[in-house]
Amino acid sequence: MQNGAQIEYDYSIAKAFTFATILFGIIGMLVGVILAFQLAFPQLNELAGEYGTFSRLRPLHTNGVAFGFTLSGIFATWYYISQRVLKVSLKESPFLMAIGKLHFLLYFITILLAVVTLLAGITTSKEYAELEWPIDILVVLWWVLWGVSIFGLIGIRRERTLYISIWYFIASFLAVAMLYLFNNMEVPTALVSGYGSWMHSVSMYAGTNDALVQWWYGHNAVGFVFTVPIIAMIYYFLPKESGQNVYSYKLSILAFWGLLFVYLWAGGHHLIYSTVPDWMQTMGSVMSIVLILPSWGSAINMLLTMKGEWQQLQTNTLIKFMILASTFYMLSTIEGPIQSIKSVNAIAHFTDWIPGHVHDGTLGWVTFMVMAALYHMAPRMYGRELYSKSLMDTQFWLQTTGIVLYFTSMWIAGITQGMMWRAYDEYGSLLYSFIDTVTVLKPYYTIRAVGGLLYLIGFFMFAYNMYKTATAGRVLDKEPINATPVAA
Amino acid sequence: MFHWFEQRPFFFAVLVFIFVAFAGIVEVIPDFAKQSRPTVGTKPYTVLELAGRNVYIKDSCNACHSQLIRPFKSETDRYGMYSLSGEYVYDRPFLWGSKRTGPDLHRVGNYRTTDWHENHMMDPASVVPGSIMPSYAHQFKNIADIDTAYGEAVTVKKVFNTPYDVDLNGDGKIDVPLGTYEEAKAETLKEAKAIAADMKNQAVKDAVANGQIPEIVALIAYLNSLK
Repeated sequence: MQNGAQIEYDYSIAKAFTFATILFGIIGMLVGVILAFQLAFPQLNELAGEYGTFSRLRPLHTNGVAFGFTLSGIFATWYYISQRVLKVSLKESPFLMAIGKLHFLLYFITILLAVVTLLAGITTSKEYAELEWPIDILVVLWWVLWGVSIFGLIGIRRERTLYISIWYFIASFLAVAMLYLFNNMEVPTALVSGYGSWMHSVSMYAGTNDALVQWWYGHNAVGFVFTVPIIAMIYYFLPKESGQNVYSYKLSILAFWGLLFVYLWAGGHHLIYSTVPDWMQTMGSVMSIVLILPSWGSAINMLLTMKGEWQQLQTNTLIKFMILASTFYMLSTIEGPIQSIKSVNAIAHFTDWIPGHVHDGTLGWVTFMVMAALYHMAPRMYGRELYSKSLMDTQFWLQTTGIVLYFTSMWIAGITQGMMWRAYDEYGSLLYSFIDTVTVLKPYYTIRAVGGLLYLIGFFMFAYNMYKTATAGRVLDKEPINATPVAA
Repeated sequence: MFHWFEQRPFFFAVLVFIFVAFAGIVEVIPDFAKQSRPTVGTKPYTVLELAGRNVYIKDSCNACHSQLIRPFKSETDRYGMYSLSGEYVYDRPFLWGSKRTGPDLHRVGNYRTTDWHENHMMDPASVVPGSIMPSYAHQFKNIADIDTAYGEAVTVKKVFNTPYDVDLNGDGKIDVPLGTYEEAKAETLKEAKAIAADMKNQAVKDAVANGQIPEIVALIAYLNSLK
């Protein structure tokens, strides 16, 4: 390639992952809404026999949205962003192109296998690590392929300095690899004993140790899937979309290295008042508070990137999506530390406030940012205007309403339940039986389910808008510089 | 200082890895051995209990029920003595759960009976009015996977020295026998018969009489062992 010539990027893999993002998003969120309604209306458990109960569907929902939807979104943006910030095209390297395609193929097969096995009840029961060992091996395979893609593209780059987004992708790759390998250490029982199902395995760790490794994984794998790569996205897409520079390079440095150093300690806050040693519980608690600094560092850096350009919020819907995402990132990264304070944790742990917190992050931060990223990418990948602005605006408000209903109802439900569990009457007996603390939550479960439904409807609008953009959007004669063109 | 790394991807990745691995090294490793000592009286699960535990895992009971009693008066009043690390040393995987949509089960064997579990799994609202738990009627039909449970017991015995076929308290008796496949099968059926004798469901009783163990029988054996 000659200097100054335009690089022709190849989006075929990014497009494939975009398709997967939308598909698994619909499946994962649909199952989530079904789960929410099952809690409010238990009869709904009987829809599909043993395959339709809350307990079978719940791991399907978490795996579907975390590893089906979110990871697809991350990979889609990786195959888009990497070429641009590294100034190389996948077209130039048939090897990396083949790696990318194999990555997509194995990944897609894995998620389909996950759906089938989880419905069949084949699970290790460890949260976010439910898949049994043969599927774990598949996961490791395509994770390595992603690593080859990351370091391969970096290896042939033309841009000497690595852009911030690339830092976060590297961190996500390495941290999840480490966490996943250690937490999924399992012994396949049929291979050792010669008896029983070949899919079955036992954990390498027992009891308290297993719990410790699991939550070291559980909190941080989610962090390095739900936080780190999503920050990579916003560091690329917000400056691109707004035409503004990232506010502070120093703040990016501080936030990045701070986050990496502090994040991994925070897993301990899942084990407060459990049987792990006290000092670990305290460490988890303290480090979770410290984590506010790097988290808010990134978020503030993003908000200040809009300095002097806030009027764009009125005209550019994608900016709205990203600023709301940043704001929810701040909200959930202050909420988490509050919940990890020991006295608050005593009330919040085991209650609905915890799913409430998770969904602040996943609905408000992760999904909003992924959707904004795909909206930004679509006109550049397909050479067309986004199909409808009014649809985007409606989607934005519908989903925002959904989130508000979700977290307010779960805050109230969680604190109510936590307080009722510990309430005593004047004679020193427990005031409520357990079932009292369940039936009192019904209205909140209903509100949550309605909130989830609104959000899902919004996601269908997103899917429709993306589909129409790819097939019927007005053709662009040249690639837009920053703000994404949208038809009226 | 960090700018130097941003132009050298290899060293950048090494530094990232050191930063993320640090917490694990300090936090996870030091107390590992200490957590693996059993409390007095803690015994490995029998094959039937393991099969039941696998039913518990298969139907993700842990999605709604915890098995971890925290050291608060409200919890010990409600569920019993708070949980100790040594009670879990034969739990692979651990089943503490993270959400209580239903109550804690760590000591459910102390205050619920076979009969109660049978009704509860068939129609939860019949024993707990207002319950939002689904019915697990399929556990009365599905046959428990005893072979896998036996394979699991043999595996943990071989790989982790779990004390099967051992006299734990020195009274001259083997505490939890495992033995050969045939011996384990016979022992398991014997235990299953004792459970089925306390149950009302005729189909389950017939199945056990014919040498088959429905999932519900194994599950109840496991729940009864939680004390």
